[in-house]
Order: sequence, then structure tokens, then C-alpha cells
Amino acid sequence: MLATLGKRLVTVIPTLVGVVIVTFLLTRVLPGDPAVYFAGPAATPQSIAEVRKSLGLDRPLPEQFVRYVNDLAHGNLGNSLSTGQPVVQELKSRLPASAELTLSGLLLSLLIAVPLGILAAVRQGSWIDHLCRIVATAGVSLPVFFTGLLLVYIFYFVLGWAPSPIGRLDAFATAPASLTGFYLIDSLLARDFETFRAALAQLILPAVTLAVFSLAPIARITRASMLAVLASDFVRTARASGLSTRTVIITYAFRNAMLPVITTLGMVFSFLLGANVLVEKVFAWPGIGSYAVEALIASDFAPVQGFVLAMAILYVALNLAIDVLYGLIDPRVRLEG
Amino acid sequence: MRAPTPLPEPDNGLALPLLEVRDLTVEFATRRGTVAAVQHVDFSLAKGETLAIVGESGSGKSVTSYAVMRILDRAGRIAEGSISFSGLDLRATPEAAMRDLRGREMSMIFQNPRAALNPIRKIGRQIEDVLLQHAQVDRAAVADKAVAMLEQVRIARPRERYHAYPFELSGGMCQRVVIALALACRPQLLIADEPTTGLDVTTQKAVMELVVELTRERGMSTILITHDLGLAAAYCDRVVVMEKGRIVETSAADTIFRQPQHAYTRRLMQATPRPGVSLRGLLPEGEAGAQPAKATAPQADPQPLLVVENLVKEYPRQVGSTSLPKLWRAKPAPESETFRAVDGISFSIGRGESVGLVGESGCGKSTTSSMLMRLIDKTSGSIVFDGENIGEIPAKRFARLPLRKRIQMVFQDPTDSLNPRYTAARAIADPILRLDRMTSRAAVRARCEELAEQVGLPLDLLDRFPHQLSGGQKARVGIARAIALKPDLVILDEPTPALDVSVQAVVLNLLQDLKDSLGMSYLFVSHDLNVVRLLCDRVIVMRAGQIVEQGPTARILVSPAADYTRELLAAIPHPPL
Amino acid sequence: MSDTVLHNPAARRGSAAGALLRHARYVVSENPVTGLAFALFLLIALCALIGPYVVPYDPLASDTAAALKPPSLAHWFGTDQLGRDIFSRVIVATRLDFVIALSSVALVFAMGGLAGVAAGYFGGWTDRIVGRISDTIMAFPLFVLAMGIVAALGNTVTNIVIATAIINFPLYVRVARAEANVRREAGFVQAARLSGNGEFRILLTQILPNIMPIMMVQISLTMGYAILNAAGLSFIGLGVRPPTPEWGIMVAEGAGNIISGEWWIALFPGAALMLAVFCFNLLGDGLRDLVDPQRRT
Repeated sequence: MLATLGKRLVTVIPTLVGVVIVTFLLTRVLPGDPAVYFAGPAATPQSIAEVRKSLGLDRPLPEQFVRYVNDLAHGNLGNSLSTGQPVVQELKSRLPASAELTLSGLLLSLLIAVPLGILAAVRQGSWIDHLCRIVATAGVSLPVFFTGLLLVYIFYFVLGWAPSPIGRLDAFATAPASLTGFYLIDSLLARDFETFRAALAQLILPAVTLAVFSLAPIARITRASMLAVLASDFVRTARASGLSTRTVIITYAFRNAMLPVITTLGMVFSFLLGANVLVEKVFAWPGIGSYAVEALIASDFAPVQGFVLAMAILYVALNLAIDVLYGLIDPRVRLEG
Repeated sequence: MRAPTPLPEPDNGLALPLLEVRDLTVEFATRRGTVAAVQHVDFSLAKGETLAIVGESGSGKSVTSYAVMRILDRAGRIAEGSISFSGLDLRATPEAAMRDLRGREMSMIFQNPRAALNPIRKIGRQIEDVLLQHAQVDRAAVADKAVAMLEQVRIARPRERYHAYPFELSGGMCQRVVIALALACRPQLLIADEPTTGLDVTTQKAVMELVVELTRERGMSTILITHDLGLAAAYCDRVVVMEKGRIVETSAADTIFRQPQHAYTRRLMQATPRPGVSLRGLLPEGEAGAQPAKATAPQADPQPLLVVENLVKEYPRQVGSTSLPKLWRAKPAPESETFRAVDGISFSIGRGESVGLVGESGCGKSTTSSMLMRLIDKTSGSIVFDGENIGEIPAKRFARLPLRKRIQMVFQDPTDSLNPRYTAARAIADPILRLDRMTSRAAVRARCEELAEQVGLPLDLLDRFPHQLSGGQKARVGIARAIALKPDLVILDEPTPALDVSVQAVVLNLLQDLKDSLGMSYLFVSHDLNVVRLLCDRVIVMRAGQIVEQGPTARILVSPAADYTRELLAAIPHPPL
Repeated sequence: MSDTVLHNPAARRGSAAGALLRHARYVVSENPVTGLAFALFLLIALCALIGPYVVPYDPLASDTAAALKPPSLAHWFGTDQLGRDIFSRVIVATRLDFVIALSSVALVFAMGGLAGVAAGYFGGWTDRIVGRISDTIMAFPLFVLAMGIVAALGNTVTNIVIATAIINFPLYVRVARAEANVRREAGFVQAARLSGNGEFRILLTQILPNIMPIMMVQISLTMGYAILNAAGLSFIGLGVRPPTPEWGIMVAEGAGNIISGEWWIALFPGAALMLAVFCFNLLGDGLRDLVDPQRRT
């Protein structure tokens, strides 16, 4: 088991190298003079020259790259022009907000999509099968920001059930003592149920938006995979051996059907992390996505770079976790090395 | 756990048949309407009896057994008739009760054993699932019982193999596990649906003998579904012959072969290659035309057409993984860096001669034929064709030489070897367009039609796509394409196993006639010794990359020198004559 | 399985184009949803082509007196904060979004499709290099990478096209590579070698035509995804700048007004977006039926 993990970690290294190189190039491929970008829109020729010197932008490219890697190793992602704070710090403080949102959305999505896909496959042709197909096709066509706005309109403006979309908490609540950074968990740990309710109320709409977005691909692949497995030879053997329906569906079909679903999760995460940015904008969620968007609008360059790098590393880690999970379920991958 | 469904008590005195099928009709809903796959089928099976259901593809033999087990898929239903198992009306039995019966009173084994097992579950656990489902044993003792079952199906080191996954076992071992699953609860009836198709002939024999031994031991009844008459005759008491969904004949195994009543049965038997019959004899009476005159008298041309010397093909082996102990791997850990698919073979093929290359899977015959075709490059050795050392020419360059025209191939799978987007005419014309550089469309078309006539393909089929042609028709297209350039040597890589036996008889005769009229030489690669016996003048037997023995067919297949050849011959089931 | 021989008298009669048309009619009649998708596609193409010439109002003309009016007979989709007619803007925006999607798909199909086929067919170094590039792109969450690329290259529509093409590259490569790989050792490819076809000719005449159906489905699905991507980037302020009408940016402009109840500003462009993507997704399936001869009966 450890050996497999070790092997996977080794394969991750070239990916990380690639990521670092690409983000480096992104900071240097800028049209015109990079120093102007980093100095900001309100820079004087003198401050531009200073920035150029301090960031080493006048040095040859390979030397710049070494400097870049060195900076990264020390956790230095530059400073934000608008706030003057180190990018790393701001990313760290805003990460839990994004994580809470994305994970809630994913969890909600899995809880709905997987059973939906399984039922659709087991009861082919029934209303649930049709529902699943509609959800899958429509869900993939809905722009995530549009869904968010629609939900806000219906549930906030028309029905008044949801609170105003102004972030993680409304004006009257205060954030709980920060242990994990997840408001839901922290408020429960502090037994502060008022805050918990407030945080949950704010979280519901954006989480549902993300859930609707990822529901479609997950439901679709679950259904397709389950259908394929149910038609396979070994399920026929299981049926011919008289195994109960429950055993056939859960022990024989489901576990095998989950393999392609897990593989697809990687792609779903890629979409989710992107959709996260859009949802944060719609709901004014103070996560790293909105941080990057604000920086973009203000032509503040370093945060955008830092954001891309941070997201990429996060994504690599997620993919690694998915690979390991896959290996836990499929012995062919484990034993054949 | 629910109490299992009790079966009705047998009548005193009367020997109730175990299974009685009356007037069974099974229909499938397809896009083109309802299709009756099985029509008005009647048969019965006594306790302890072995029944064979024989038929070609589309005969409905598998569907019948699926209906008995009630595992037809969604589109199928039993439209008419009755199925009675030990007095119980299976049509009226509710699904929950059927689940009780399946595995416990009646079970089934299928083709393609590895696919029949759950790939991510240990085989021991799979056997346990069946045992626990039918309440045969409690949780504490179930693991031991599973190991005991593995022992009964002759799997060595059962306690270790309990923890194996299907991908770690060979095809034959997987089939044994499937048999263990089927027999774990000691059912009264075993249905075996083509259990040996796809397995090597020696493995086939081992598996069939195991099945027969275990079923006889337990007094079980067996239904063996097969297209192989020899298999049916060798292992069964009675035979039922099906054609297009109907039973055409039922009788005891000995009588059906000595006195077949129905015309179809006679045709089937006649078409089965067996010792003592000629190629022409395979065809139904009256359909055998006159044999064409041989183009070149088989003079003993001293210069052989093809000479192969010390041919070797090595592949770099993947470095063995170091993760887990290999106790339960079927194959030993690889030792050498390379794998010798072909390990130094030498033989020759004369002009106008037909040579058979036989061996079981993995013996290197396909690799050899690929090298002779110059599709892959050799590692060492020489291949001399009509005086030219073609072994030295790299495969990529060979495609553009005029020599390419003289060696052609008929492929194994007629479906795979035709471009799905080309019509039959375009496929046949490809070599003509590329290598003969014929440019006039009319000339090319005329040549295609000429070839179609030669191989017996009706002209109106020339503009069809492969998915609109039957297996036999696709085989003819493949043959027409191969002979389009009038090659000297044609390599036939197992061209007939995908075909029904009656179609195979016709195609084999066609191949023989073409060889005679065009004066070609054949290298016929096959694992079917009976077919080789009919078509080939000489035989080469291969095993593990080496030639075991070679010589005239008459000698090798009647009194072989090597033990391995004897083993191969002994493994072929013979119908009684 | 019994051998079914299907009778197809249409196969010989008439020209290839006639057969194609007949098959198209058959596909549409079999599956009415595909027919609907085709009709919708034609509508979108129509809007893109002649939209700007037939809209009732100038999409850029602002009329502050008529600002924030709900849908009415005068303004079918209402007006926005600057009094511009939303209906005209939505129709005119079709062309821009359509062109962005089409260009990026064409670009990635050419690059990714060929790279993938070459990688799958030839293997070796081609496969390794293409794989490496593909993996590096896939290491990023795709939308985030697009953001980064547009931020780096500059905030223009061309760069949105380039960014969208880059992030779809791995997908095309993967599909093309898998298909080419499967067919590399197929019987008919071997037979083509025996018939004297060189490797490149085999690639062009045997492999490519056989993988076209799958690539067609990919193209259609990617069109939808490209539109969503472009709209998403515009929504956060990248690429298209106001006052250019584009669906994503229009939704962004209307986002703030949702809370005050002026739903029409964001809804109509959003709905247009959704409809276009939906149409392309359905089209993918229909296209596959049309191009694949195995479905021709």
C-alpha cells in the first residue's frame, strides 16, 4: 500500500514541475514590459524601474526562473498592490471559505447524483430514468452563474426564503472562533447554534448552485457505468447463482460501476474549481476565487498568478487522492503495479 | 434468512423427469417488431442424464436455457409453453422463489470464464456469497467450505488461491472457479453454455472431464449447449438438434450419429471435419461441384517457395512489479529481460503446397505468420522467398515493393479485417488500386466482379457495407481481397473458427478450389487439427515458440512421434463413427 | 446471434449526396429531438448571420429615459440600465459568441485532433511529447488556466479563443489518441498494409474517416463548452468589454439588478446561452448518427 502511494507521489513530481514552469511563463509572457504590470496602473517610470529591479525582471530568463522557484520554496508569492499584503497570507486566510463552499456543493451533488444514476440504471425506462436523463442533459447546458442568479431571484427576491447574497454571514452575525475555518464546523464546535443557522442559510444557495452544476456529469456517468456493469457477464453469473437483488446491485454492480465514476471525479473537480470562481462572484463569497477576480479588475497581477498556482497545486493533490481511492477499490491497479 | 422454497414431493413410483419443457416459445421485442427466437420446443431431462443441445448460431439453444433459468434480458419473454422443474411450474414461480432455485437447485456456467467473475472481488469470497445466499453453511464455516470447493475443482493450493482475483488466474482456472460457484450448493441441474469455446483444446478436455466427473458423482443432470458435435457425442447421453429456433431431431447420442434422421442433422454432421472424410465430403450431397482442374500439375519443383531458417522474435518483457508477494500468481515472476515469442524455427513451403501450422494459444504461430507477412520485423534468422531474402527488408519498406503482391493474407476475424466505411467492392479493390496501379474505374470494377464470382460472392452484395453482410459473406470478401493480385503464397490465419460449421465447410472447399486453380501455396495457421487434416499436405506443430515436429499430414496426425502432438490429438473429442 | 442480412436498395441508387440526404431524413424522423436540435441550430446560425441587420433597435444606442423597463410590446425583452433594447442586444450577441466558439473549436480540432491521432497511431516519442503537453494542461483546473492565460496574454477576444482552444486540447487529444490506438492494429489496417498502403496514407484514408463520428460528437459538445467558457470569462470581466453585446457580459451587467427585481436584464441573455449550449449538446448525438455508416440502414 505504501509502495503504491510512494509510486504515485513520484509521478506527481513531473506534473508539479510542469505547473511551476507554466505559471512562471505566464508571468513573463505578458505583452509589453512585465514590470509595468507588476508596478500597477498608477506607477511612475521610477517605480516601474524599482519594481523591475526588485523582481529581477532585468535579468536573463533562466536566472529569473531560479529566483522564482526559490521564492516559491520560501512561500513568497509576491504582494498584492491593492492591499499591500503578501499574497500567500491572503490566499491562506480566504481558502477555507472556498473550501467550505466547494466541498458542500460536491457533497450535496454526490448525495443526489449517485443514487439518481443508480436508480435510473436499475429501473430503466421508468420516470426516474427519464428524470436522470433530463437532469444530465439540461444540467450540462446551464451556465453556472446563470443558475446562481436564477436561484437568487426565485428564493430571495420572489419567495424571500433565502437571505441576501452578501457573503458567508449576514451583517448581524459574527464569525465563530476559527479552528478549521469552516464556519459550519467551527460554530458547531463552539455550540453557537445561532451562528450555525446563519452560516448555513448563507451557504445553501451557493452550495446548491455548485451542486446543480456538478450534478449532471456525475449522474450521467453513474447511470452509464451502472448500465454497462448490469449488462456484464459477471452480473449475469451473480444472477444465475441466485444472489439476492441487494447483493447483486450493491456488492457486485455498484462497486464495479463506481470505478469510472471515481475517474471522472477528477474532471468534475476541475470544473468545480473553475465554477467556484463564478459562484463566488455571484454570491459575494469571500473566497480565493473572488480574490482573484477583484485583483483582475484592479489590474493587480501578483494575486492572479498566486491564485492560479495555488489552485493548480490543490488540484494536483486532489487528483492524487482520487488515484489512491481508485487503487483502494480496484485490486488490478494495486497488484499489477 | 427466509426459508428456501420447497420443491413438490416426487410422485411415488413414477420416474418424474427432472426438467420438462413443453411447447416453449420465447419472443424478443426488437426495433423491427417481435422476433421468435425459440418456437414450440419440447424436450425433457431425466435425473442423472446428460443432454446436449446442438445448433449453429441463431438456433436458439442459449435462449432456451436462459428461459429455463428465467434470466432472459428485458426484451425477451416466454410467450407460450410450460417449463416444469421437478414438478414445479417455473413460469408461475415468483421471482423471489426463482432466486432461491437459481444456484441452489439449478445453475449455469457460461462462455468466457474470466469475464464471468467479478474482477474486483476475491474468488473465495465469490464462492462464499453463493454459499451464504442459499444458507448452506454459517459464517464461521463458510471460508473452509469455499476452500473445499476449490479443492474439488482441482485448483492447486486452494487456501492461497482463495485470495486471488480473477485477473491473476488463467482461463482454464477461471472456468474451474465458475464451476465451483455453480456446484457449491449441490444443485440438481447444471446448464453449461458453450463452456469450452475459446479455451485451448487440452484445457477443453480437462474442463469437460471435470464437469462430467463432478456431475456423475453427485447424480446431477446436465444440459450441455454447444455447436461442436464431437463434444456432444463424447460427453452426452442424448442429443437435441436445433435449427432456427426449432428442434429438428432428438435421440440418443449413439443413434444420432449412426442414423441421423433429419436433413439438417445430416448436413451438420457431414460438415463437421473429422478423420476419414474428405473436403468434398463435408458438403451436403448434391452441392459439391466438380473439382477444378489444377492449374499447375503438382510437379516436384525442387526450389521451395519459402525457406525459413532459425527464425527468432523477441519482445522486451515488462519489468516485474515488486509490490506484493507472488504466491498466488498463476505465472511465475519473469526472469529474463526478453520474451521469446518465436524461438528459432526452421521450415519450408513448396510451390503449390499447403502447409498447416498448428499449436495452442501462445505458441507463437501468429507471431510467425506476422513475420512471414512482413508486418513485423524479425529479431534474427532468415526468411527467403523465391530466392529473395525478404527477412532483411524492414516491414515499412516492404509495403511498397512489388514483392508485396506475392504474399497475401486472409485474416482471422472477418469483421475486424474489413474497414467499416468501405463497401465490399472498395475493400477488394484496395490492393488492385495500390499495388497494380490500375487506374481505369471500369477495369477495376470488372476485376472486382471477376473476383467476386471466383469466391462465390453474389454481385449485388459488392456495394454493401460490412455490417450488412453475413459472416460467411465477409469471409468471402476477405478471400477475394487476398487473391486479387494472384499471390504465390497466401497465409490464412485461423480463417474459419468464427464461422458456423456448415459455412466453414463451404469456405474450406472454396479455399481448396482456389488453391488448385490459381496454383497458390498456403500456410494455414490453426488450432483445429481436424481442419488442418483436410486442407494441408504437411503439418508443423509448434509449442512455446519452438517446432515440436513437422512432416506429411498423413503421418503426423495418424502416428505422431512427439508426445505433445499425441496429447493434442487425444484431446479432440471424436464423434462415434 | 443469427446473421441478419439487411436489404438496402438505396445503397446503389442515386449519388452519394442523395444517400446522405435520405439518411438525414431518416435520422431526423427516428429521433424528433435531433430534429429540434437541427432546427434550433439553424435559428442560431440565422441570428448570427443576419441578426445585426434585422434587429429593431441599435444594440449600442442608449436611451436613459427608457431605462430599466420590463418586457413590453415596444421592447420584447425590456431595457437595461442604459435604456438599450435587450432583445436587439441578445440577437446581435449571437454572432460574437458563435464566432468565438467556432474559432476555438476549429483551432483545437486541428491541433488536438491531429496531435492525438498521430500520438495514438505512431506511439513512441510523438506519444510521449503530446502526452506530456496534455498532462501539463490538465494539471490545472481548466477555467482557472483560461483566466491565467487571458490575464497574461491580454484582455482581448482573440485571447479568449486561444485560451479556450488550449484548455480543450487535452480532451481532443485523449479521444483522438484512444480511437487511433484501438484501430492501429485492427485487421483492416493490417490488410491495408498488405495492399501496399504506406503509413501516412493509412492514417489519412483508413483511420481518420473511421474516427470522424466520434470527433463530430466531440466538436459539437465542445462548441457548447466553448460558449460557456467565453461567457464565463466575460462574466468576470475578461475578454469582451462593454458596450459590446455578448451574452456573458450582459448577464454580468444584469447581475446586480436581480436583487432589486429587474430580472429581465440577466435572464434573457442567460436563457439564450442555455438554449445555444443545449442545442449543441443534442446536435452532437444527431451528428454521430449521420456520419457513422454503421447506423445507416
